Amino acid sequence: MAVAARKAGRAGSGAANKSTSTKGQVRKAAPNTPQFDKDQDLSAYNDMLLIRRFEEKSGQMYGMGLIGGFCHLYIGQEAVVVGMQMATREGDQVITGYRDHGHMLACGMDPKGVMAELTGRRGGLSKGKGGSMHMFSKEKHFYGGHGIVGAQVSLGTGLAFANHYRENGNVSLTYFGDGAANQGQVYESFNMAALWKLPVVYIIENNRYAMGTAVTRASAQTDFSKRGVSFGIPGEQVDGMDVRAVYAAAQRAIEHARTGKGPYILEMQTYRYRGHSMSDPAKYRTKDEVARMREEHDPIEQVRRRLLEGWKLSEDELKAIDSRVREIVNEAAEFATHDPEPDPSELYTDILL
Amino acid sequence: MAIDILMPALSPTMEQGKLAKWLKKEGDKVKPGDVLAEIETDKATMEVEAIDEGVLAKILVSDGTDNVAVNTPIAVLAGEGEDVSAAASSARAPAAPAPEAQPAPTPDMQAEGLAQRPAPDGIQGTDVTPVAEPAAPAVITNRTTHDAMAEIPEGTEMVTMTVREALRDAMAEEMRKDGNVFVMGEEVAEYQGAYKVTQGLLQEFGPKRVVDTPITEHGFAGVGVGAAFTGLRPIVEFMTFNFAMQAIDQIINSAAKTLYMSGGQLGAPIVFRGPNGAAARVAAQHSQDFSAWYSNVPGLKVIAPYSASDAKGLLKSAIRDPNPVIFLENEILYGQSFPVPKLDDFTVPIGKARIHREGKDVTIVSFSIGMTYALKAAQELEKEGIQAEVIDLRTIRPMDTDTIVASVMKTGRCVTVEEGYPQSGVGAEIAARIMEHAFDYLDAPVIRVTGKDVPMPYAANLEKLALPTVAEVVQAAKAVCYR
Ligand SMILES: Cc1ncc(C[n+]2csc(CCOP(=O)(O)OP(=O)(O)O)c2C)c(N)n1
Ligand SMILES: [Mg+2]
Repeated sequence: MAVAARKAGRAGSGAANKSTSTKGQVRKAAPNTPQFDKDQDLSAYNDMLLIRRFEEKSGQMYGMGLIGGFCHLYIGQEAVVVGMQMATREGDQVITGYRDHGHMLACGMDPKGVMAELTGRRGGLSKGKGGSMHMFSKEKHFYGGHGIVGAQVSLGTGLAFANHYRENGNVSLTYFGDGAANQGQVYESFNMAALWKLPVVYIIENNRYAMGTAVTRASAQTDFSKRGVSFGIPGEQVDGMDVRAVYAAAQRAIEHARTGKGPYILEMQTYRYRGHSMSDPAKYRTKDEVARMREEHDPIEQVRRRLLEGWKLSEDELKAIDSRVREIVNEAAEFATHDPEPDPSELYTDILL
Repeated sequence: MAIDILMPALSPTMEQGKLAKWLKKEGDKVKPGDVLAEIETDKATMEVEAIDEGVLAKILVSDGTDNVAVNTPIAVLAGEGEDVSAAASSARAPAAPAPEAQPAPTPDMQAEGLAQRPAPDGIQGTDVTPVAEPAAPAVITNRTTHDAMAEIPEGTEMVTMTVREALRDAMAEEMRKDGNVFVMGEEVAEYQGAYKVTQGLLQEFGPKRVVDTPITEHGFAGVGVGAAFTGLRPIVEFMTFNFAMQAIDQIINSAAKTLYMSGGQLGAPIVFRGPNGAAARVAAQHSQDFSAWYSNVPGLKVIAPYSASDAKGLLKSAIRDPNPVIFLENEILYGQSFPVPKLDDFTVPIGKARIHREGKDVTIVSFSIGMTYALKAAQELEKEGIQAEVIDLRTIRPMDTDTIVASVMKTGRCVTVEEGYPQSGVGAEIAARIMEHAFDYLDAPVIRVTGKDVPMPYAANLEKLALPTVAEVVQAAKAVCYR
């Protein structure tokens, strides 16, 4: 598959800032953004575009009644997971909440399997039994897909515990939202991770809102990179709309965790364009605010401009990428529409071994 | 090719909505992400975004149209390079608006408040012991059968309202009466409630008494219990009871046990409320019925109403109750309408079941959304000549054993209905109580109709199979009648 995210063999070539992080200190993201070479820009563009188009299609299929229940789209936040994955190596794990479609695609999970899970069909990654919020892939080291806000933080810390136990050098990438960051178990996990020097990177996707609650209405400390200070966990605020900044920060954080120095916090400053789920009264922010983010900070548009102006790609070349991505997404939608529902006998399988 | 823009479904339970306003007009260029129109449902106003690029060739459903069914074409978009007028004329005739919303499935709506309470043979009067002495140390706390019809004085004017409105009114009335009552939870204030149950409360009572919390269930449940220790009367809303599992330690270890552990010195007059059980297509972690869980715990009262009038009367009682009360609502029922008495201060006593429908052949006991299956089944059974008596428990703990037992003494048969799991469920408890108190009256074993013994699957077909059905209730009732 030409544009699906690839994981291995990409790290290392970017001109990342090699500043050191002192224990427990919080630094602003590096002032001069690291540059990407052409391949990196192309690869990031492909991967982000796949997520964007996939999510647009999901929204459309929801509207048609093919997807039910809750469906949380990742549109606007694509640079976060794509930049992070560029710095991982085979074996590193990913875990997140219910806004998980982008993470799964970036982990290289099959778009058909993801989409068919959204429609609740037998070819879905959880055989149709999990739905949008609950998908997993042991093969791709993706541990979910969790519907309970904050639960994945302890679970991701547990993945790191296992890595530490096995001494396998793998790192757990544990994603959660600005809203989730207020759950108690997050701090219980921080303490254990720091105490036992567990290889975990906590990625707080600060998209400014938890449902209809702006960060400032729910958080006494809105600088999420400081949330680990009392445990001595270093943290950074990162421009999560710039995939290069994400990648550079990811390299620092993953390196820190992999070399036995313990957990690391990355606050990704990002934005979700769509409603929280499909039903969202959209009264808590202005249309202007959304429009401004889309126009001035779009993560995909930034790379697109670099490809056109910096790397001198033609509009036609970009169109070709776009149509390849659309093809993959259409194939996935096609499959997810026509794949049959699970066999009724599946109701009673997978409950106990 | 011209693209139909369809009326989207924007929530799991949405079937139709109002096309409130077009933000683009015919001839406008649109690109993906542009907001085309605003639609309204009973829950919220939402935006319809363009997915494709093109020109809005024709608007098929105009501003202000009510009851537009999901998937109805509302406009036609001419694609890139396409002839706009051709696309417009290719439009299908505008679909007629969906028929008026079906009235909520409340078969006995009219009978509500009118039916006569049954007078089971031989158990009336104070000198008659209605049930045999329990064989084992028993849990029976009340010995008088309750006349639910007397809750609403004859001739009372009834107004139709949804369960959602009834709950809101109950909170507002109690907050007006008692300054110690306050509401807190996620999205209860500015957002007006994730399911709009607290709509308008912030506007009337202000942010001191309608408190938005961070997503910290364990923390704010504990904060609520601590405040209740001092005599404040918190209403703690859980966005859904699935998330109360984060907080269950404070609910059980702190709220339920402190009165006992303090030798009666201090307790927690607190209400924990929110939607419980399965909604639609939200899968295992968001679809669980906790009725049986909480009903297992001494020191709690557990309420699970079905109708709007019971929701209102019981929530008011719960707020006034000096004990911790778990108030289990149901998302599917929120939008259903029922007659509610127009009284200044209407309350329903906690711990009393209601005979929703009289019958002599079989007793069906249920509560909350389970009542929808029970009542429909009773209608089906009637066609086959079986008169089912349907009991709405309303309160799960303390359980109104007397009403159940009196009915079973009359019918000799019982079926229980709930969406929760079978093992150690509410039906299991009812069956045990009937064995303890009316064994000699039983003509058949009690049958439980429950949700299946599996986590809730996401797939539409499996979800249907996981939930109880009217047919299962009918079948069970016939089985205990040996028919
Ligand atoms: C324990 C728990 N409480 C509440 C919810 C309901 N809920 C789902 S998502 C959400 C908001 C979370 O916001 P944030 O962590 O910022 O993530 P985002 O949705 O912005 O990605 C809430 C309150 C839940 N799923 N689990
Ligand atoms: Mg957020």
